[in-house]
Amino acid sequence: MSKEIVFSAETLEVVNKIIKRYPEGRQKSALLPVLHVAQAEFDGWLSSEVMDYVASILLIKPIEVYEVASFYSMYNLKPVGKCLLEVCQTGPCMLNGADDLVAHFEKKLNIKVGETTKDGMFTLKTVECLGSCGTAPMLQCGADYHENLDETKADVLLEKLRADNKRSRYC
Amino acid sequence: MGRKLLLEHVNVPGIETLEVYRKMGGYSAAEKAIKTMQPDDITEEVKKSGLRGRGGAGFPAGMKWSFIDKKSEKPRYLVCNADESEPGTFKDRYLMEKIPHALIEGMLVSSFALGAKTSYIYIRGEYFYVLRILEKAIEEAYAAGLLGKNIFGTDYSLDVHVQIGGGAYICGEETALLESLEGKRGNPRMKPPFPAISGLYASPTVVNNVETIAAVPHIINITGDEYAKIGVGRSTGTKLISASGHINNPGTYEIELGITVEEFIYSDKYCGGIKGGRKIKAMIAGGSSVPILPAHLITKTANGEDRLMTYESLSDGGFVSGTMLGSGGFIILDETACVVRHTWTLARFYHHESCGQCSPCREGTGWMEKVLHRIEHGHGTMKDIDLLLDIAKKIEGNTICPLGDASAWPIASAIRHFREEFEYHILNPEKVKDPKHFAHEPFVSSNVENA
Repeated sequence: MSKEIVFSAETLEVVNKIIKRYPEGRQKSALLPVLHVAQAEFDGWLSSEVMDYVASILLIKPIEVYEVASFYSMYNLKPVGKCLLEVCQTGPCMLNGADDLVAHFEKKLNIKVGETTKDGMFTLKTVECLGSCGTAPMLQCGADYHENLDETKADVLLEKLRADNKRSRYC
Repeated sequence: MGRKLLLEHVNVPGIETLEVYRKMGGYSAAEKAIKTMQPDDITEEVKKSGLRGRGGAGFPAGMKWSFIDKKSEKPRYLVCNADESEPGTFKDRYLMEKIPHALIEGMLVSSFALGAKTSYIYIRGEYFYVLRILEKAIEEAYAAGLLGKNIFGTDYSLDVHVQIGGGAYICGEETALLESLEGKRGNPRMKPPFPAISGLYASPTVVNNVETIAAVPHIINITGDEYAKIGVGRSTGTKLISASGHINNPGTYEIELGITVEEFIYSDKYCGGIKGGRKIKAMIAGGSSVPILPAHLITKTANGEDRLMTYESLSDGGFVSGTMLGSGGFIILDETACVVRHTWTLARFYHHESCGQCSPCREGTGWMEKVLHRIEHGHGTMKDIDLLLDIAKKIEGNTICPLGDASAWPIASAIRHFREEFEYHILNPEKVKDPKHFAHEPFVSSNVENA
């Protein structure tokens, strides 16, 4: 990785604010939110170097970070495309066309679920229930929910994301 | 019928701001509670109200509060469970997004009642944009002196923080949530000790659902006795129902407990009937974990009585002919849906979400997903149906937390009520090749009641 793994001064301030939410000595509680911050800061994924750095900031052992990062579905342990498209596929979304939507993205982007486009722009992922059952089918890209999707809306979204050319991030 | 409490002002422009929320009477319950009531009086009102936990289990909230260890010298915590992840459930998201102060005020009154000085709202990671809405509301509340030191000029002080999760259904289980809040994997804890004795940081802790906490200010405003008059029997008050699937008006609705299921599905006030005027096939009344019911058991119980939207009526008939109100995640399947396919997606969900701690759940959920996958795709055998029932039975009751049961019930009930449809998949592999096999030609059961 070319970038040095250190939080910027502003990010460090955010992290310190998070740590202050918990009683003294309980800074490990900050792990989940800080991992989100780290993922957003370091290209959308958590390398072992990034996780070691988070461990050093929270004064915990690296293994305590690895075991958490590997447990939760939102932390990417390998690089992902600039825009991570997370399409919900659970029951209510399936009833309303999630299968077709996934197939459409696969065709349109010429990749399978779990893959990244050659230009590094999109990674397609299927996820389990995002609490958007009444506005199905849907996908999450960064913090944004894109709901009531159909093929046309999906195409418009892809074009917009391509034009914006920004990395999707939760925070 | 039709009384609204939680969503009464949801359409008022600007209700997400403190200013408008207060104009509509917001924080008057908090002021009344903190200035004029003793903490135990509040718990007493909540007990009288009959309010039951709105996350899914339906445990009486006042009773849960009364278990908190008051002899402990450790700080007490209130933790709000906003890890809404049960498929079909999106009501807490709606409430937090539309009226964030309803939750903050509830946190204030409930924390005061429990003697908590620091409280946390644990929200699922995917709801990042809702986190921002809550943080903004909390900031407003601090600026107005409604959080922080000496609230309403009393000696009561409270800090509220929002914790973001990392994407894990299991963290909706209260002890897994506490583990996660401590910065660990979401592995549920053995109980006892219960969180009321040893919860967050081994301190006395109450974990309540968003909707439960948001109901508390209304109970303080109208009194517990008045709240208990809404609803039917032990199903008191109003409940948020998130409706999805094959209905005309999906969305979140506040109902008075006790309206009929028929009204909820077919009235234009609520679901507005089945999409395209098609025939209803099945109902999942309370989130993906509860037993699925076939058409003839939806609006009537097995005894022919009207089925009501209450804890008791929905569970009438037990698991033979009833289901559960659960989280209020209400999913309707019409005749074009395939019950096997839907059940397979749920099995995949539970397999994905099992924390892996208990082997019956870790292995069983994966096994059930695999077997359902092959039945749905035309590769199953008749033995597979009984195999599924056998696995489900061996998971049920044999795990630390209820995720095991939650994975078993949808499958066992789908086979109980739709066995013929499973058999059809096995006998007609060619016909189920198209993933939308019932979309053009609905499956017709030979069971007259189901047809």
